[in-house]
Amino acid sequence: MHSFHSMLNYFPEEVLEHIFDFLTSHRDRNAVSLVCKSWYAVERFSREKVFVGNCYAISPERLIARFPRVRSLTLKGKPHFADFNLVPNDWGGYVQPWIESIVRGRVNLEELRLKRMLVSDESLELLATFFPNFKSLVLVSCEGFTTDGLAAIASNCRFLRELDLQENEVEDRRGQWLSCFPDSCTSLVSLNFTCLKGEVNLASLERLVARCRNLRSLRVNNAVPLDALQRILAQAPQLVDLGTGSFVHDPDTESYNKLETSMQKCTSITSLSGFLDVSARCLPAVYPICGQLTSLNLSYAPGIYSDELVKLICYCNRLERLLVLDTIGDKGLGVVASSCKELQELRVFLSDVYGIGNTAVTEEGLVAISAGCPKLNSILYFCQQMTNEALIMVAKNCPNFIRFRLCTLNPTVPDAITMQPLDEGFGAIVKSCKDLKRLSISGLLTDQVFLYIGRYAKQLEMLSIAFAGDSDKGMLSVLNGCKKLKKLEIRDCPFGNVALLADMGKYETMRSLWMSSCEVTFGACKTLAQKMPRLNVEIINENDQIEASVDDKQKVEKMYLYRTLVGPRKDAPGFVWTL
Amino acid sequence: MSPESETSGGLKTELTLGLPGELQVQKSGIKRGFCEVVDLKLVNNSKSESQPSSKTQVVGWPPVRSYMKNLVRNCKYVKVAVDGAPYLRKIDLEIHSSYQDLLTGMGDLFTCLTICNVLNERKLMDSANGEEYVPTYEDKDGDWMLVGDVPWKMFVESCKRVRLMKSSEAIGLGAAAPSTPSKGSSTGC
Repeated sequence: MHSFHSMLNYFPEEVLEHIFDFLTSHRDRNAVSLVCKSWYAVERFSREKVFVGNCYAISPERLIARFPRVRSLTLKGKPHFADFNLVPNDWGGYVQPWIESIVRGRVNLEELRLKRMLVSDESLELLATFFPNFKSLVLVSCEGFTTDGLAAIASNCRFLRELDLQENEVEDRRGQWLSCFPDSCTSLVSLNFTCLKGEVNLASLERLVARCRNLRSLRVNNAVPLDALQRILAQAPQLVDLGTGSFVHDPDTESYNKLETSMQKCTSITSLSGFLDVSARCLPAVYPICGQLTSLNLSYAPGIYSDELVKLICYCNRLERLLVLDTIGDKGLGVVASSCKELQELRVFLSDVYGIGNTAVTEEGLVAISAGCPKLNSILYFCQQMTNEALIMVAKNCPNFIRFRLCTLNPTVPDAITMQPLDEGFGAIVKSCKDLKRLSISGLLTDQVFLYIGRYAKQLEMLSIAFAGDSDKGMLSVLNGCKKLKKLEIRDCPFGNVALLADMGKYETMRSLWMSSCEVTFGACKTLAQKMPRLNVEIINENDQIEASVDDKQKVEKMYLYRTLVGPRKDAPGFVWTL
Repeated sequence: MSPESETSGGLKTELTLGLPGELQVQKSGIKRGFCEVVDLKLVNNSKSESQPSSKTQVVGWPPVRSYMKNLVRNCKYVKVAVDGAPYLRKIDLEIHSSYQDLLTGMGDLFTCLTICNVLNERKLMDSANGEEYVPTYEDKDGDWMLVGDVPWKMFVESCKRVRLMKSSEAIGLGAAAPSTPSKGSSTGC
């Protein structure tokens, strides 16, 4: 073994670099760079794709210094709970300083992927101006920009391949951004503007699609009516991924018939989504391609009820990924279980967000799916109620879960039959699913569930907890047992200072910890911040209090801490105190 | 040291439980999270008619992204009343594309009514007694209007509810259909 290692070190660097080329995952590359100094050096000069899970963990300057050849950058900003209005909008996560540094560093940036970041039009304009080879922009759950910024990208990025906007809040400036793609632009492979609320020039869109012969993925917004969709499909039968716009039309018309014909010719479509406005009577147009679909997203269509959903889904025998609303009901899920034997990922979202009392799904639907779909490995399930018996059965049927996220409408609801906590059910899940990486639990839960999680969830990387547990023991079980834990987010749990301070070094092995409405005090947070200089301990204070006036014994409303190599951030707004 | 509960792994004794799905919670000295944050009565599975108006929403629960929450608002449900019928129905205007489509939808919704062609116009009629029904609606200003006068999108925007009125009562609204006077058939009316 020793001589083999020595031999590898005598290889010229080009050979090492060539070997490292085969390593695509950033985790593998990170591991390789820790072997020895020469491997670190070779790896850093050859890395082109860099992933930064927390934009405040490192500075752009240091990143560019280590990876001067970076071409693709992925950045994530706000903590996950920002999705549920727990983090004020201007908390941070600005991409502007990153782009400025990349410009100064003369990096040849081709690809930028951002999640939960604040993006301004100015940032987009900088990108468009300084990176002539820019190929791919993916923005997920971002905000702060308008269609003017998109116009800049469309106008200037001559080799743009991908513009993918997922669930962003974008201000519409009615500037015809889509028409800004020049006639010479023929390179688009992927275009997704589902989240935009404004009109686009339909003629420009049709011409764009016609000239981009490599277009594989197109997701339009609901300002694109059904007849325009038909014309687009007629030009692009090679599409692999389609997101419809408005799917509302009188089915007794010629343009609807034409749509049916065009749809039939799209034999490559394997992924279907959209349906932001949809009339159930128009759904049959889609039946001809159901048998080819591997991915179907109907989660934006609250007006489609179980019977109609089922009529569509029963044809989708190759489905691997399904996203629906809970309007599908337990019976509908039963049909999914018998029709979709290849199913790997299921997400059942809440349709009745305001609690008006519409139907939701129960444990029955989940059990049916687990029994019918043996390949299931990822689930997000919003439900009315749950039982331990059901969870135990699910654990037995599907030992392959990597992601298991359950959300009960009432966050502390007990087992619907026995009235017991749901500890045993979730315990069964973590015991059976040895590869579980992500877990969200809800329902009535005591410290016991955390004992199970700590004991069995050895591969767990992300855990979300709300309204659960009895004492610090719960949190301690998780911190001690889950060796691979990267992200822990906790709200409204009786976990306090003892748990927080028991193993301070643990947080340097994690990306971040969020605790809100728990029992943690200012004093404890200050202690932690003092002892661990490589952590930023941030308190979000929305009460207009002055930092100096706060008592150490006072409980902290919202705390977010994360490891960092660059100390407290300089862009924190007034209501964020870095201790 | 955070406040501990004495119960070992079981239910908190201060919770009073009712039927499955119905939870009446009381505030307690020990922070039990949800119970303290909100004082609410949850509706049981059989759905009671009246929602407690004091229902407080917990911030960020259920954990639904605001993007998804905003999508729900794209439904435009309005009540539809039919003269003589004992209960109302609801129809989602957003899923219809035109007045014709809406008429078809209403015909589907009210099985006692069928769509007949009268003088080149599609109308809703009760097949049992030959009575014709005229769609009217209440707009944002509270006025009752005849369905069909304004562009479709404007109608969807301003319509608050719909009433299918017996045409025998719709005297003075300028005949059963907006354009009948100028479109007289060759045989007259």
